[in-house]
Amino acid sequence: MDLYEYQGRDLFERHGLPVLAGGVATTPEEARAIAERLGGRVVVKAQVKVGGRGKAGGVKLAEGPDEAVARATDILGMDIKGHTVHKVMITVTADVAEEYYFSYLLDRANRTFLCIASVAGGMDIEQVAADTPDKVVKAPIDANTGVDEAKAREIVAAAGFPAEVADQVVDVAVGLWRAFVAEDATLVEVNPLATTSDGTLLLLDAKITLDENAAFRHPDHEALVDQAAVDPLEQAAKAKDLNYVKLDGEVGIIGNGAGLVMSTLDVVAYAGEGHGGVKPANFLDIGGGASAEVMANGLEIVLSDPSVKSVFVNVFGGITACDAVANGIVQALDLLEQRGEKATKPLVVRLDGNNAEAGRAILDGANNPLIQRVDTMDGAAERAAELAAAGV
Amino acid sequence: MAIWLTKDSKVIVQGMTGSEGSKHTRRMLAAGTNVVGGVNPRKAGTTVDFDGTELPVFASVSDAMKETGADVTVIFVPPQFTKGAVVEAIDAGIALAVVITEGVPVHDSAAFWAYNVARGERTRIIGPNCPGIASPGAANAGIIPADITGSGRIGLVSKSGTLTYQMMYELRDIGFSTCVGIGGDPIIGTTHIDALAAFEADPETDAIVMIGEIGGDAEERAAEFIKANVTKPVVGYIAGFTAPPGKTMGHAGAIISGSAGTADAKKAALEAVGVKVGKTPTETAKLMREIMSAG
Repeated sequence: MDLYEYQGRDLFERHGLPVLAGGVATTPEEARAIAERLGGRVVVKAQVKVGGRGKAGGVKLAEGPDEAVARATDILGMDIKGHTVHKVMITVTADVAEEYYFSYLLDRANRTFLCIASVAGGMDIEQVAADTPDKVVKAPIDANTGVDEAKAREIVAAAGFPAEVADQVVDVAVGLWRAFVAEDATLVEVNPLATTSDGTLLLLDAKITLDENAAFRHPDHEALVDQAAVDPLEQAAKAKDLNYVKLDGEVGIIGNGAGLVMSTLDVVAYAGEGHGGVKPANFLDIGGGASAEVMANGLEIVLSDPSVKSVFVNVFGGITACDAVANGIVQALDLLEQRGEKATKPLVVRLDGNNAEAGRAILDGANNPLIQRVDTMDGAAERAAELAAAGV
Repeated sequence: MAIWLTKDSKVIVQGMTGSEGSKHTRRMLAAGTNVVGGVNPRKAGTTVDFDGTELPVFASVSDAMKETGADVTVIFVPPQFTKGAVVEAIDAGIALAVVITEGVPVHDSAAFWAYNVARGERTRIIGPNCPGIASPGAANAGIIPADITGSGRIGLVSKSGTLTYQMMYELRDIGFSTCVGIGGDPIIGTTHIDALAAFEADPETDAIVMIGEIGGDAEERAAEFIKANVTKPVVGYIAGFTAPPGKTMGHAGAIISGSAGTADAKKAALEAVGVKVGKTPTETAKLMREIMSAG
């Protein structure tokens, strides 16, 4: 889960890291209250999970509460690269002297964590690394020994931070690592990490990604989810423990196993090229179990998407037997009818693997005109795309 | 012969008394695997009956190894306890630990991996969030269905469970030496490269199928490895060409971040080193079939 800048600022503050005083507002009046509390000149920053806010006019200075209201009015509701601004962060201003870069992140390739630090901050770090690689330090961090003062000094020396800020950067490096571990983050990026003209070090931006697998030890992270930004179908699916991602096509997809479902999306998209460009409408992995109830929940979500014109159920019976899955599909359609959500869109079903013959026989025996059985994945994708194109 | 798991492997199960653990212990036994016991400190000293096979429960991996000579452990414990279970297996010095558990925090995986490295990598870790490893006709450690295919001379390494089963099914008439599901998490113990190296060295593997998916750059690095080190033919498949950036597609590691981790980049890297990449699983199986029949 990616956090908004203001959530990152709050998180840093909770972990005792030096940040600017500030708050978040969803209305101009809330912006006024924060500006009054902070006093003096403030910065109003659009809260969107996309870069380039400044260039888009999403970051403005304001002299006092009245201007803060005016700037917040301008920025709230603004569209930045397809993201509507629903919140602004108001902070006091900083008299920035130098800008640095500091981050911790997951290094998948080396199966460890990485610290990236540079005295050339404020810019896109990938660009800095490409143009002046000697200005970017990448230090592997051992997950078990972490970043203590000695390790932090090593990084600070390697990156060439000026002597007068070295001690402060060491403190931030150690504190930031503690926050990274304590919050189960996979990324904490501070760009810029800045000094002010009086020599104080501040974390002026926050880009944080939290590991959703660690949610069981962070009940507080649930509150960081921006419910307004979550697709309503994704929200409904999550409430039913379904692994669903909304996409923008017409062919509903249900399958078992993340890899197989991803593959199904691809195969349907290829087939769609021959049928007016229809595309997959969603990713939905019902997992290995695939009971009638899970299948019914899955079908209910997929069929409630108004852009879905046909559904492709692609199941490989591994641990689950295909006859159980077939029964699940038939019962799911009955169940939906009982719930008053009778299905009307065609279902193309491909069953292969364990007990496939028995499963296919059950589908045939059900005599449900909505169910069309196709026994190969490629053929079924073709049929589902064709039906979706006809239904558009 | 096969890689890492053979008919001589002695397998224990951490979490054998849990619902998933007991279900799959039964299946592993039915597949002919030499399962010799389980680990659960609270039930140590008892036995569990699996259709007539009485398996002892030990207090620790170390005890189980001493008593049974076990060299493989399959881990089914819940995510909260997975790191502890893997560390215990590493401390005991077991040769192979297969971590089935899904939903392990990545800080925990990074920690047990660093712990393993610090102890000289005595333990090969497969997973987490993986279906395990199967050497058809010999042994099965994990949840891969044993009856899809018989033994043969294709090696298979994959990030995905059901895609692995699909590929095994498509090529079941030819058969496999070993199928390894390495898992879809961002940090995993065994990589495509580890499996490619082992298959290259295995005299009973003639050709290799490699299945990847979006996220990270493991497939790109595997391509470099193939160029320098693999002489056997390799056929590839990548899932997720149409996945949108920034969305996690089921597997924690299956996410395109910015422009990194796309299926197109992975396909291009593999094709650049002579790996034939199928457009669909069926087409990939066909490419492998052509290689095996040209023999």
